[in-house]
Amino acid sequence: MHYAKKRRQFLVNTAALAVSAALPIGARGQAAAVKIGVLHPVTGFLAYSGNLSRLGAQLAIDEINARGGLKALGGAKIQTLLGDAQSKPEVGASEVEKMNENGVNAIVGAYASAICLATTQAAAKYGIPHVVDVGVADQIVQRGLKNTFRFGPGYKVIADTSVNYLHLLNTLARKPAKSVMIIHEESLFGTGTANLLAAQLPGLGYEVKDVIKHANPTRDFNNIVLRIKAANPDIVIPANYYNEYALLVRTMKQQGVVPKAIYSVLGGAASSYKFVKEFADAANGVIDVNHWFNPKDKRAWALKKKVDAIKDQFFTYEVFLNYQSVYLLADAIERAKSAKREDITAALATSTWKGHFMPYGPTQFVDGQNTGAQPLMVQVLKGDIRVVLPNTFAEAEPVFPWKA
Amino acid sequence: MRDLVLIALFTVAVLLLPLFVTSGFLLNLVVMTLYLALLGQAWNILGGFGGQFSFGHAVFFGTGAYAMAVLQVKLGLNAWAALPAALALGAAVGLLVGALSFRYGLKGSYFALVTLAFAEVFRILANTFQFTGAGVGIQIPLRDSAADMQFSGRAGFLYTILALCVAGQLVAVWLRHSRYGAWLQAVRDNEESAAALGVDVFRVKLVAIAISGALMSAGGAFYLQYFRYVDPHIAYGPAISVEALLAAIVGGMGTVFGPLLGAAALHAVGEGTRGLMENAPGVNLVAYGVLLVLIVMFLPRGIMGLFGRKN
Amino acid sequence: MLDPWILFASVLNGLTTGAVYALIALGLTLIYGVLHIINFAHGAALMMALYGVYFLHREAGIDPYLALPVMIVLMFAAGYLLYRFVIGKASHGRDENILLVTLGVAIVLENLALFLWRSDTRTIETAYTFTMVPIGGALIALPKLVAFAGALAATGVLLAIIARTDLGRAIRACAKERQGARLVGIDVEHVFAMSFGIGLACLGAAACFLLPAYYVNPQVGNGFVLIAFTIVVLGGMGSFAGALAGGFLIGVVESLGGLWLGESLGQIGIFLIFIAVLLFRPQGLFGARA
Repeated sequence: MHYAKKRRQFLVNTAALAVSAALPIGARGQAAAVKIGVLHPVTGFLAYSGNLSRLGAQLAIDEINARGGLKALGGAKIQTLLGDAQSKPEVGASEVEKMNENGVNAIVGAYASAICLATTQAAAKYGIPHVVDVGVADQIVQRGLKNTFRFGPGYKVIADTSVNYLHLLNTLARKPAKSVMIIHEESLFGTGTANLLAAQLPGLGYEVKDVIKHANPTRDFNNIVLRIKAANPDIVIPANYYNEYALLVRTMKQQGVVPKAIYSVLGGAASSYKFVKEFADAANGVIDVNHWFNPKDKRAWALKKKVDAIKDQFFTYEVFLNYQSVYLLADAIERAKSAKREDITAALATSTWKGHFMPYGPTQFVDGQNTGAQPLMVQVLKGDIRVVLPNTFAEAEPVFPWKA
Repeated sequence: MRDLVLIALFTVAVLLLPLFVTSGFLLNLVVMTLYLALLGQAWNILGGFGGQFSFGHAVFFGTGAYAMAVLQVKLGLNAWAALPAALALGAAVGLLVGALSFRYGLKGSYFALVTLAFAEVFRILANTFQFTGAGVGIQIPLRDSAADMQFSGRAGFLYTILALCVAGQLVAVWLRHSRYGAWLQAVRDNEESAAALGVDVFRVKLVAIAISGALMSAGGAFYLQYFRYVDPHIAYGPAISVEALLAAIVGGMGTVFGPLLGAAALHAVGEGTRGLMENAPGVNLVAYGVLLVLIVMFLPRGIMGLFGRKN
Repeated sequence: MLDPWILFASVLNGLTTGAVYALIALGLTLIYGVLHIINFAHGAALMMALYGVYFLHREAGIDPYLALPVMIVLMFAAGYLLYRFVIGKASHGRDENILLVTLGVAIVLENLALFLWRSDTRTIETAYTFTMVPIGGALIALPKLVAFAGALAATGVLLAIIARTDLGRAIRACAKERQGARLVGIDVEHVFAMSFGIGLACLGAAACFLLPAYYVNPQVGNGFVLIAFTIVVLGGMGSFAGALAGGFLIGVVESLGGLWLGESLGQIGIFLIFIAVLLFRPQGLFGARA
């Protein structure tokens, strides 16, 4: 019964669309809603991250609307067009088509790199500005698409930064570490990151004892940990998703493998409040170079407080990156004083937005990449996650090497 | 005969579509439906007409997609030139899987499971070797020109997938009316009797799997041109295998138009449930699953069963 | 890499991991052996069972091992009802339809779990989660050793049921000769439903042994389905001893394969074995010739 009602609604909506598509957006009167597409994989194997991403975007939209909407457009409210990519690129692309039909003005999404590749392409066909929330693959911003803007860093920048910080950390401690071992997940972000790390570390004098690639999901890490035990690297570098990261670190603890550091790069669980809460013991001392907010900015903590108050939700990078991607869009719309796609795109391209709480400085997009974007190094200390590098943002001293 | 007339009408209808429909969303939906119909038809050749159910048709799909990608990116071949190579490779993989499986007499669930295993093996291999990009996958550069099988308007892709889809339907028609098709269906209905009647069962099955493989790899090639990116999970993952068999079975196995109807039905159900309670992820897919079970319950011979067609 | 102590530890790991695989495969081999159904919903059912164990622990404070009887009964009932009212009814006896129905059930279960419990990964902490037992220089987690014992016990129980009870006799009859069983008055649909129920009850047990060392989220079942199928085929469809042996073998192959070829490529060992068994010995290690 409910289904029939929804179906009728769907048909009515489609008919209404056909009519309203004939009218230009502003012609229906003042303060027409600005439609922002929020597109993420909220079902399928990426559902966890997808739902957190959606939460972040929705929080921002609700806040903006509560404060009186977009001032430059006469207080126009933002209307959210939700999309589910079902963890598949082709479904993501179909959702973009649908959003286009519904007159979307801009899109934020789609978390995973493979899906982002498809959604940005589909959006480009219609000139829809598309802010990439997370998707770290560098290919995303290397295709010459004028509509694509990535607020956060890509994995080359993240890998380069990780290598430099690792070296810095080691040098400051008088170089106790000489060897590393990389454990990465087998798909795009893990492989890409691992390749970059393995290429650069030897140049700085580190022996890469082994690079171990594992599947998603991996049911058991005992063998990998056995190999770590046998190779005995000074530093273990994981780059994987939450579940595998948690299992790896737990297994290392069980087997009594304690390297001088677990130095994650885009570690799935390393800088996750959920992980720290649930596995306090195993998480202690873990280092991560990942997306992180500027700890000196009060607004970040305010948002964290808000998210913490929501039952069973954690303040993760999916949340704050999406939250700020929406605000980035809002800023562009305000400056453009227009909700037209090409105007928003132009405004994003010239954006120098400072209203965020990331350690990026004012935004500056070159070929769609925000050039100031950088990761931060954090460490789990005394049950909390603290920024330890670079010094401009550090909250605590890094503890390296780590003693069990 | 009637099938050919229907195919002709269908072709004309789709050719004229872009003149009447400008909605990018609807055109994309039609493209994706025809694409799914192609995948279903490929499965249908081997499963519906041949009676050999495969759970690993992705092995052919991925081969087509990767062939197109590798030939274009690593060897600089033009997309149209790469397409025949992709089809040939799909057929070759079909012959490989078929030769091994049929030679050792695998039937029924055993055959189904072995195809599943092959798909997994290929997935792992694609994830390992550099020339397939390993875990990073391969992206083909944006070219937006018909000469490179990337079309700036929607019509180009529509006509391409239409051509492939119709090719599949023509193969199905050929199977319904040719001597080879009769042999194949005889093998499906009763392998021992067919052999007793002098049918070369091994060869008949081999031809079927080769054709099936070629058609499926055409689907993979199209996917690559449309979405411009492939990785081992997309190429060889179980999702594609499942979609292909779903479209064929729901539509009606062993018929010419079953896969098309099945694809249309699946997309209709998908779209119809898409907006359902979108604030609660998962509900719409629960509805999808329930509808699937209901369709199977009430249409045991698939949608074509409504038309009283005997397989 | 070829250090004896690593090899030894790796083999032990393989055996204990394989024990859990065996528990999952036991149910599948029964369902396949009797009903000739390739149960696409097996992974999703395992996932539901894992959630069952999780919530029993979280809400009622019941230890996973103590939850065994509860889970076994619950999952048995679920399986019986599922077969009786959904799978048996929907398939009209056609193989391809049963396949689609189990597929549909899998989609429903996975997304129902997503809707009800969201996509977060859940884990439980028990007193013994991190307890390690030293065995000849290797450290094995206690939950895994318990799982190993559990797999042996479960296999024994199943063998006893099949060999000694009336139900077991009826199951064997229906598996061998459906029509004949009907003719001698056996309620075949009931026996099928019982078999499906027992198959899912095995998953209930598997979940109790698996959760302490692992986690649960709506997609967790998918990672075990292919392996379970491989083991069923390797051991011989319908053979419990085969599922147990197959589980251990696959566990060890996965372990050693991972050691030598890397975890990602090492998975290939499992599927190559799968293909080889299917081609050269389709009846599996313990199965009767097809």
